[in-house]
Amino acid sequence: MTAQAHIDEDLLIRPEFADAWRNFADGEWKRGVEVRDFILKNYTPFEGDASFLAGPTEKTLRVWDTLEKKFLSVERKQRVYDVDTETPAEIDAFGAGYISEDDDVIVGLQTDVPLKRAMMPYGGWRMVETAIREAGKEPNENVKKIFTEYRKTHNEAVFDIYTPRIRAARSSHIITGLPDAYGRGRIIGDYRRVALYGVDALIADKERAKDSVADKGFSEHWARYREEHSEQIKALKRLKNMASKYGFDISGPAKNAQEAVQWTYFGYLASVKSQDGAAMSIGRLSGFLDAYFERDLAEGTITESDAQEMIDALVIKLRITRFLRTIDYDQIFSGDPYWATWSDGGFSDDGRTLVTKTSFRLLQTLRNLGPAPEPNITIFWDENLPDGYKEFCSAISIETSSIQYESDPQIRQHWGDDAAIACCVSPMKVGKQMQFFGARVNAAKALLYAMNGGRDEMSGKQVVEGYEPITGDGPLDFDEVWNKYEHMLDWVIGTYVEALNIIHYSHDKYAYESIEMALHDSDIIRAMGCGIAGLSIVADSLSAIKYAKVTPIRDETGLIVDYKTEGDFPAYGNDDDRADDIAATIVHTVMSKIKAIPLYRDAIPTQSVLTITSNVVYGKATGNFPSGHRAGTPFSPGANPENGKDTHGMVASMLSVGKLDYDDALDGISLTNTITPTALGRTKDEQVKNLVGILDAGFVPEED
Amino acid sequence: MSIDVQAPGEQDFAPPESRQSGAGTWGLGEMTDLERSSQLQLMREGKLGSIHSWELVTAVDGPGTRMTVFMNGCPLRCVYCHNPDTFQMRDGKPIMIDELLKKVKRYRKVFKSTGGGITISGGEVLMQRAFAENLLISAKSLGIHTCIDTSGYLGRTVTDEFLDYVDLVLLDVKSGDEDTYKKVTGRELQPTIDFGDRLNALGKDVWIRFVAVPGYTDSYENVEKVADIVCRWPNAVKRVEVLPFHQMGTDKWESLGINYELKDVQPPSKEETERIRDQFRARGLEVY
Repeated sequence: MTAQAHIDEDLLIRPEFADAWRNFADGEWKRGVEVRDFILKNYTPFEGDASFLAGPTEKTLRVWDTLEKKFLSVERKQRVYDVDTETPAEIDAFGAGYISEDDDVIVGLQTDVPLKRAMMPYGGWRMVETAIREAGKEPNENVKKIFTEYRKTHNEAVFDIYTPRIRAARSSHIITGLPDAYGRGRIIGDYRRVALYGVDALIADKERAKDSVADKGFSEHWARYREEHSEQIKALKRLKNMASKYGFDISGPAKNAQEAVQWTYFGYLASVKSQDGAAMSIGRLSGFLDAYFERDLAEGTITESDAQEMIDALVIKLRITRFLRTIDYDQIFSGDPYWATWSDGGFSDDGRTLVTKTSFRLLQTLRNLGPAPEPNITIFWDENLPDGYKEFCSAISIETSSIQYESDPQIRQHWGDDAAIACCVSPMKVGKQMQFFGARVNAAKALLYAMNGGRDEMSGKQVVEGYEPITGDGPLDFDEVWNKYEHMLDWVIGTYVEALNIIHYSHDKYAYESIEMALHDSDIIRAMGCGIAGLSIVADSLSAIKYAKVTPIRDETGLIVDYKTEGDFPAYGNDDDRADDIAATIVHTVMSKIKAIPLYRDAIPTQSVLTITSNVVYGKATGNFPSGHRAGTPFSPGANPENGKDTHGMVASMLSVGKLDYDDALDGISLTNTITPTALGRTKDEQVKNLVGILDAGFVPEED
Repeated sequence: MSIDVQAPGEQDFAPPESRQSGAGTWGLGEMTDLERSSQLQLMREGKLGSIHSWELVTAVDGPGTRMTVFMNGCPLRCVYCHNPDTFQMRDGKPIMIDELLKKVKRYRKVFKSTGGGITISGGEVLMQRAFAENLLISAKSLGIHTCIDTSGYLGRTVTDEFLDYVDLVLLDVKSGDEDTYKKVTGRELQPTIDFGDRLNALGKDVWIRFVAVPGYTDSYENVEKVADIVCRWPNAVKRVEVLPFHQMGTDKWESLGINYELKDVQPPSKEETERIRDQFRARGLEVY
């Protein structure tokens, strides 16, 4: 079922299109929905330094000050500023809302008041009700009745389908944090389409795609295709209606930079009004918006200060996105993140850097507004990026600690030059690819299950049947433990992926992301983003078993509850192949087991090594290890070495992490480094230069 | 791989208060099955070294990101040493030079992109002169920036040719006063002065390091004397690093069962450290 996106000829001859697209270079983008083509034909690479940038305007400072004094400071005190308990969220459910009278540069709030959170009950009612009560309010009985008696939710559907082994794995916490009661997220709508084409053209395109298969005859696949398209079209109409409440007609394309930023933000706003996904990333906007800024600057209608004010205003809005979530959820995700990730930097396939002046403007927001975790600014790093940009990134990193880095060559090679990160590390082609978010499985606990024959080391319960434990009290044998681990992974990964298939089947059915998918092509790539937690612990424990002497310690029931480790063993994260190869083998083994299982909607299996969010929760539910990791203590995040075991310097740990094969972890590998500026050099210049050098070194394979 | 650089804390541009060293020789193959006699022969030829540990560090042991190799064996017995497990050459791990060179080669790219290189430290690098020289020659032939971190006590034992392979000398002047030097290190100050004079005559790049130890080396008079000495070498000295004493090495002294007389000494205050830096700055030196 293919439907090539295209723009209707009769739209193109309408005068508003000619005006909106004035002075833009022609290309395929005028005949089909191809934002990437528009960017490559119209953006201006920027090789200079940060000296052109403007500081915050008075208006920006006033808006930010009002936010802080009237809203953010209150929220910090009481966790949740306010909840609307009457209005189930929808794209156009709320009237217009503003921060203050000054809030007129880029407008739009999720509800009618800043930071006020909306109910999004399609994921599941229980979570919503708990969150309302935890915020000190009472749920509306009528709304509750609708979502418990009349309207089935994603959460209910999942539990209708779950198998006994999934329930067992969930209650013993070998698999936890699954998106079975909350929005899955990790879908990036191509919000730029709203600005470039206007909503009417997008609706027409979806109508045409929907009817292009009208004569193909019934199948379930066919029916879902048509029904999802109808949902997308309805969502686009609601998007127009929502914008009209703010006084904007977005049926046609944006005619200048201010409209381009505003239209694009409306697209994102519609998403976060209707979905509370775990990660709601915004994509890759800088090159796109820059084309509009450059045109307006050339036409003399705006100044640099105006351009910066628009980006600052947009970033302010991205900083106050809020979802109604439970205290439990905040614990799993270590706070209240929504991952409004904005990807930037990198190169295009034609060899030009994608860095523009707007890439600098985005970083400048961290100076103009001060540091903040959102939007999660992610730089696609390449040692050949322009020096001025590299130095600015490094300086802002040192000043604000708010930038994340990815390897541009790695991402571009696999996902092309218009890819963006969803959440923390998951790359996808914007508007052409989405992900089924898979949370992560506790790969460390699986090792303990392997040695205890499926008995839980914390509760003593037999969770998995049919596996032989390690017997005897002698030192552990590496080959025996590895065989048992591989065997146990069959059960663990099998159970995990089964749960993911069920979850995404149900999410599509009961909590479909209609506006986000309306801003995708009709035929897209789907990836299943599986993940593992506890990599360093398994690697170090297996290394201990292999290179030192590890003796199990049992309780009175024979359960192994601890280990006595004698002798030295290499730890993962020190650029020592003995331990690093074990880590790479674990990642590869898990990946091959995932690949062996058929996936929902023919998704491509991928894996991430990323635990920034659940390392504390997983640590609590897991016992002692041969590596010396103690029961109940947090895992180190992502692909990080175990805390305190990376003793050969940060660059050595980066090189160890670099040995994990990216092909085994296409959904991304994360390493979190905390560097104090003084550890980077004696002067600011030295610090900036050394950080640039470390990033260049850490992302580039060594020479032979 | 994504990297999230977090950089908390105020920026006072103070040198690192502490560093981890002595992290071991992971990643280097050890020669453990050699006869003692053949071990000695290989060491004399500079093919086998007694190595305490290696580490990739930034902005600590010279410019850029560097592979610092800590050698075992030292003629000094500094009372504040934070690596007392490097005192004896026999306590190190026997590592063949090729093993080390494999690592050095692997990190060429890192050195290039950060403007770094290798630093041979200790212990005392010049205790294993032949091994150090071979390592320096190989590094130079790979185009890598080289650095040695030394007290200079054994300076007279190295040839000018050896020094040709050294791009930068980190010279520790532990005290300016003869008696204090003896009290702190157990040895004489003069060889360090002689070595510095020679480096100055050769026009070598030198960074001076001075550890401020309260009650031992930190007096106004002693610092003035150190500054006097440093000012003898205008052709060589490019910067002075004042390193505040820290207690990171305490556990090592204890586990070695050696009496650690500084166990109750507190690190110098920020103000004291700055006072000492100012004494050097007053001489027109670049000081950190």
